[in-house]
Amino acid sequence: MRRWLVQPEFKVERDLERCIQCQVCVRQCANDVHSYDEEDEQVSSDGACCVGCHRCATLCPTGAISISRSQLEFKPNANWTPESIRNVYKQAEGGGVLLSAMGTDRPWRVYWDHLLLNASQVTNPSIDPLREPMELVTYLGRKPDQIRVERGPDGKVRLATEITPQLKLQTPIMFSAMSYGSISYNASQALARAAKAAGTFANTGEGGLHPDFRQYASNMIVQVASGRFGVDPDYLNVAAAVEIKIGQGAKPGIGGHLPGEKVDAAISRTRMIPQGSDAISPAPHHDIYSIEDLRQLIYAIKETTQHRKPVSVKIAAVHNVSAIASGAVRAGADIVAIDGLRGGTGAAPTTIRDNVGIPIELALAAVDSRLREEGIRNQASIVAAGSFRSAADVAKAIALGADAVYIGTSACVAMGCHLCQRCYTGKCNWGIATQDPFLTKRLNPDVATRRLTNLLRGWSLEIKEMLGMMGVNAIESLRGNREHLRAVGLSDREMVILGVKPAGE
Amino acid sequence: MKRIYAREEFCLGCRLCEIHCLVRHSKSKKLIKAFRKERGEVVPGVMVESAGHVTFAMQCRHCDTAPCLEACITGAMHRDKKTGAVICDADKCVGCWMCVMVCPAGAVRRGKDGKEGKAASKCDLCAGDKTPVCVLNCPNEAIVYEER
Amino acid sequence: MDTRHLIIGNSVAAVAAVEAIREVDETGGIVMVSREPRHVYSRPLISYWLAGKVDDRRMDWRPRSFYDELKVRAVLGKEAVRLDAAKHVVELADGGRIGYEKLLIATGGTPIVPRIKGHDAAGVFTFTEWADAERVRDFIRQRKVGRAVVVGAGMIGVKAAEALAGIGVKVTVVELAPRVLAAALDEPAARLAAGAMTEAGVELRCGAEVEAVVARERHAAAVRLKGGEELPCELVVVAVGVAPNAQLARTTAGAVEVDRGVLVDDLMRTTAPDVYAAGDVAQGREALSGTKRAIPIWPGAFRQGRIAGLGMAGAEPERYDGALVMNSVSVFGLPTVSVGVAAQPPGDAEVLVSENAGVPSYRKVVLKGGRIIGAMLVGDIDRAGIFTGLIRSGTDVSSVKELLLTEQFGVLSLPAEYRKHVVAGAGIEV
Repeated sequence: MRRWLVQPEFKVERDLERCIQCQVCVRQCANDVHSYDEEDEQVSSDGACCVGCHRCATLCPTGAISISRSQLEFKPNANWTPESIRNVYKQAEGGGVLLSAMGTDRPWRVYWDHLLLNASQVTNPSIDPLREPMELVTYLGRKPDQIRVERGPDGKVRLATEITPQLKLQTPIMFSAMSYGSISYNASQALARAAKAAGTFANTGEGGLHPDFRQYASNMIVQVASGRFGVDPDYLNVAAAVEIKIGQGAKPGIGGHLPGEKVDAAISRTRMIPQGSDAISPAPHHDIYSIEDLRQLIYAIKETTQHRKPVSVKIAAVHNVSAIASGAVRAGADIVAIDGLRGGTGAAPTTIRDNVGIPIELALAAVDSRLREEGIRNQASIVAAGSFRSAADVAKAIALGADAVYIGTSACVAMGCHLCQRCYTGKCNWGIATQDPFLTKRLNPDVATRRLTNLLRGWSLEIKEMLGMMGVNAIESLRGNREHLRAVGLSDREMVILGVKPAGE
Repeated sequence: MKRIYAREEFCLGCRLCEIHCLVRHSKSKKLIKAFRKERGEVVPGVMVESAGHVTFAMQCRHCDTAPCLEACITGAMHRDKKTGAVICDADKCVGCWMCVMVCPAGAVRRGKDGKEGKAASKCDLCAGDKTPVCVLNCPNEAIVYEER
Repeated sequence: MDTRHLIIGNSVAAVAAVEAIREVDETGGIVMVSREPRHVYSRPLISYWLAGKVDDRRMDWRPRSFYDELKVRAVLGKEAVRLDAAKHVVELADGGRIGYEKLLIATGGTPIVPRIKGHDAAGVFTFTEWADAERVRDFIRQRKVGRAVVVGAGMIGVKAAEALAGIGVKVTVVELAPRVLAAALDEPAARLAAGAMTEAGVELRCGAEVEAVVARERHAAAVRLKGGEELPCELVVVAVGVAPNAQLARTTAGAVEVDRGVLVDDLMRTTAPDVYAAGDVAQGREALSGTKRAIPIWPGAFRQGRIAGLGMAGAEPERYDGALVMNSVSVFGLPTVSVGVAAQPPGDAEVLVSENAGVPSYRKVVLKGGRIIGAMLVGDIDRAGIFTGLIRSGTDVSSVKELLLTEQFGVLSLPAEYRKHVVAGAGIEV
């Protein structure tokens, strides 16, 4: 049946004064929006299939293409939004689960935009980061309860306390878990190379480690998820750290499903599953039904890696996130990664993506507070994830208590992603979320690596500016220092949870 | 010498290189005007070949031992002393197409320049520009200009 | 300046040799001797010059500064008539003698003139050098020539006919073979070429033999064919072929061995020490058959001259990979290209053909044992060189056979290894 009630989302317009019929748009659109009529010698566009990714408009040499929201307006209705009406049409026609990708686009409150940073004036003078050293180096991992020093036989003072393994980051920003399979080989390579170049870490996601990327393994965190794809002792030992993925902010409580047609030879080898078979990540780990079970897995990994690698546990920010985080720390996690409501995904049921979990700001503050209250904050580092759009977001997260952040969507955007949210179709025109060889080659990893490295550099410079402005010269001085934050437009209760005073107080 | 190299694995097949080459070698040098009025008149020195997802941009290799130089009966085809590029002097060329016959890359094509309106057309490395336009405008850096 | 390198000749092979010598030997004395009193010019351009498409200046194949820049003493307008290979001396027609350390014979070819009756009448010309074209032009002007007969429809004959027709002379071309450009083109291709000629108003007589030039008052008045038919004309251009101009080599009493041309090895050395030969005068190895043949092909002459020059200067040149028979002739605006064994493929060869009468366009590829040994293109000849490259390299194209004649045929269609070589290659050779 034709999907006749669902009208196009976008309108593609061609400025015929500028169009030179060069057909670059025709060759670039994987959704067949543009076509060339040999008989009429005319390029034309059909907006029906347009996903709004801007690939054509970006490459059009004359700027002849413009894309706008469809002008077809429903009668204004504050309750029945156009999206909700369209979704009903879609489901009435398809009868299935509606899929989405990337983070939720619903207007949930973005708390970063209600938090403001402090700056020094007169007293505690600000510092000029161009003249003074600014320290962004961050160590992730369990910190000892206390430090003991002793004098050695040579008379020199040395650390007597044994320090458990740490990840050393040159900047408190890492690349989130994105599996090879969900993203292309070239995108995976770029993330790994950029992490290495910038002295930080990229996360393999649950797709295993492609043999080609082993050369970057010292800057990679490998994931062990419910599907256990690509996991073997070698995988765990070659990486810098191991992360147990319990949940993901975009789809807490939901597993994953990489369709068999995407499991080609390389992905099959990397994931250690038969070629062409569906890669199904179960919703839960079937061997983890309690904190004790989690502890068993954490220690199994620690044993396998001779306690040389920090082990992280990644959980989605859900209602009782602080209790779960506390449990994870007590279970032996060296790092707790918390992924908020707005975190991204390659594919998730829309209704889950848009309605499940809590914002990272609240979760982060709650977890930090809880671990402090319990006196175990030093036992694990906190990594926040779930939509950091700028250096300011990162700085605010650090002030709320994060040791570092994971960026996924920002990294994809740096590589060219236009947030069209169609990763699940496998037809990413930007060569990121696709395995189609025609599309994957669009992402030159040399270019993508440079862009990612530039982003990290730019944000790091901005963070240094912000530190200087606050009169501190190390990221350590900002960490968990909520005095540097003030809230605007939040309720008293929200401010209590965030541990932040209202602006003016 | 610096040459243009295609990185087949990253070529999008968008053909922007051909478009910008055409404009660079047009009379007007204006993108829209050149394309409207001089398409078919100017033969781009770079050509994108594609079959399925395999695509790459091909242009004159400016061979060390250039068959076109040896085959040219007019002396129009010559090596630029400064850049090392093999260049066709359209005013000297008579369009005998010996060069077309011998170029193993198929990178010399029949153009419409010159006194008789037919002269061999090929990549001139943008006549000594710092970076040839195809390299400059490739959105994926699939064409590079470098010493190898 | 001592004469280290003596070069007899002033055309493509000679110039290529000089340029090669100077790559290696910047100072050694070079003397070029040429019968023609002209700066380096391009012989194939004489038809363009006659037609007025190329002026005197554009006839120069190398800039006027050529001799100075390459420090060459040019002895022009003097013919070398005797070679004493033992004494390393060449004698000129005016009695002058030039000694050498290394000698290159690059004297080119001479047109063949059949000894038919009336061949010495006024108004009968050959057409291989600039002076020929000048004589033809002057004759046409003086005698107000309206009709011409071109004997021979090979490359020279066709280009001469084109030039004559281009300046308003009514031309009839007589050819012994059943088709034009018989050595290069097969029947269908020749038909297209003939079509272009007749469309331009040229009359064609293929399969016809010339019996005599009918002269009146010692001037050509008609060409009589076997069978008696007479073709009235005031001008006759004889273009039935070119033979190696090996006269100088023959003066050595066998020191320099001569067959049809001067026999050379793959380094362009003759049988006499320090004597090299290159270009149309030389008889060297042919690429596909491996036998020694005199093949008057421009690119071959260049390559031979270059190899000879490098050898003369003491460098170690690559060995000659053999001449590949090829030609690109534009027949009254219709481009034709023929490379290798294309016109008469051997019986055991596989022949692929595509034709498009409307355009017109014709493409033919001859394969043997999975390798291309010949290619012929008429009309759309773009990218013909890819075939030439494949013939030269002997690349096995079995895997891409069905792509050879498709519209999108290109470097992309080539076997991956060869493709990489072409795409990356800085020094690719054909």
